[in-house]
Amino acid sequence: MAERAGKLKSLRLGTKPTREELAALEIGNVVYLDGVVYTGREGVYQRAVEEGEPLPADLKALSHVNFHCSPAASINDDGTFNLAAVTATASFRFSKWMARWFELSGAKIIIGKGGMTAEDYKSVFVPNGAVYLTTVGYGTGALLGRGVSHVRDVFWKDELGIAQAIWVLEVENFGPFIVESDMGGNSLFERENAKIAANLDKVYEGTRPAILHRYGESDDRSDEVI
Amino acid sequence: MIATDILEDAALTLMEKAAIEIPDDYLSGLKQAASVEDGDLSSFVLQAMLENYEVAKADRRAMCADTGVPRWFVKFGNEARIDGGPVALEAALRRATARATHDLPLRPNRVHPLWRTDHDNNVGINAPEIEYSFEPDGDWIDITAVHKGGLFGTDYRMLFPGDGIDGIKRFYLDTLVAFGKRGLACQPAIIGIGLGGSKDVSMTLGKQAACLRTVGDRNPDEKIAALEEEFIDLGNSIGMGAMGFVGKSMVVDCHIEVGYCHTGGMPISVHAFCLSSRRATARIGADGSVEYRTDPQWFTPYMRRERVEWQSAPENSKAFA
Repeated sequence: MAERAGKLKSLRLGTKPTREELAALEIGNVVYLDGVVYTGREGVYQRAVEEGEPLPADLKALSHVNFHCSPAASINDDGTFNLAAVTATASFRFSKWMARWFELSGAKIIIGKGGMTAEDYKSVFVPNGAVYLTTVGYGTGALLGRGVSHVRDVFWKDELGIAQAIWVLEVENFGPFIVESDMGGNSLFERENAKIAANLDKVYEGTRPAILHRYGESDDRSDEVI
Repeated sequence: MIATDILEDAALTLMEKAAIEIPDDYLSGLKQAASVEDGDLSSFVLQAMLENYEVAKADRRAMCADTGVPRWFVKFGNEARIDGGPVALEAALRRATARATHDLPLRPNRVHPLWRTDHDNNVGINAPEIEYSFEPDGDWIDITAVHKGGLFGTDYRMLFPGDGIDGIKRFYLDTLVAFGKRGLACQPAIIGIGLGGSKDVSMTLGKQAACLRTVGDRNPDEKIAALEEEFIDLGNSIGMGAMGFVGKSMVVDCHIEVGYCHTGGMPISVHAFCLSSRRATARIGADGSVEYRTDPQWFTPYMRRERVEWQSAPENSKAFA
């Protein structure tokens, strides 16, 4: 089901998509999800990947969507959850754990902020048949919060705290997200960076490097901080 | 004498207002940016953000779930007195932070830097930050709540007089481009520049310039005001828009604050207050009245005073009377 979002192609996707459905995604497409997603970030990766702690649930059976985020949420005295807004956290910090994480979790869609490098996509995502969706903004916390219909579970909240726990969320029309990396490992951000870099020399014209240099500093305008 | 329960209730409301209601000045600035943005991807992002503000207000949800590291700015009128004194005020602000984190909710982001201990309430050692300033003649207290993300979009550098204005421009561009790529700075942003002071004050001034001045506000020094305007255009000429996509909306406004610095140096900091520029202010009167607003009115003529003695108020201070 493809529609338009402004000038962009927009579509809805389940959270256990087929390989064909994933292969049809193009960088720059807008995506909304229906189904179940779970959160997981550095706390979860350290515990599962580095410490070898068994996963608290069969994530593979639950969902193929891992969201790099922690919700603005609290847990009531009676154990129920109060979840208002959802916003991603920057993903590049987690790239070193992703290869093993794909094996453990069977994830096929990673959602986050800012993406990873095309090198990560080609060496880790592509062999695992996975794509990367970026949140929009950042971030559309209230819109995403509205897309969460129910909090099904929270795992490892005692071990990791609310911000780092695994939140299992039932979602409907959950988005918007933008396809940052497709099944070929192409990166939308890197495509845009390259276009912008062409203009940078003109913008910098007339400026000189600072008198006091920084050790390790570079003037290569195609550099990134990730 | 101002009662601390009034302070705590007002502080709780401020945490909520800041988290949920985008300030009108920033909203107008962003709508203006959206109206001229012609990048397909950047335009889509700005439209989604505008929709997000509406949903946040309608549902009373935080506009962004990364509610950053909640913090406080307190301005005392010189005649203001608090029941229990400043210690009671700090206790009220810490309690309001913890209550807001649970009740709204906010994301409990604050952890110990080494042990990663999380009290799930955004309170800990040296957290939340509470910064103070003072104002002659008032018997009120202004409290401002700011939710600001804490990871990207900020940088500091020791420049020297020989670096000149061009050096400032280059560092400004470096920071915008470095953190603008992939949208790590969550632009279009209100950019704050702290120029001068000692190193730590340079950082503080830049943060306050970003978070505590409204869109459209200009520095009272005409030459600095002209520089602010030049920097808005410079930032928007990079060719980068929201999320680092091709576009022209990077900077909604630029605010520069200065402090006298070491004669040999020219320290600078650059801060980005993001697409969720979250601030809310309340004035608590001596009679217990509480008035809410979105302009912190932090940088007053008294704050920017230059001479030994504070003289009778100059012309441009009437707005703050």
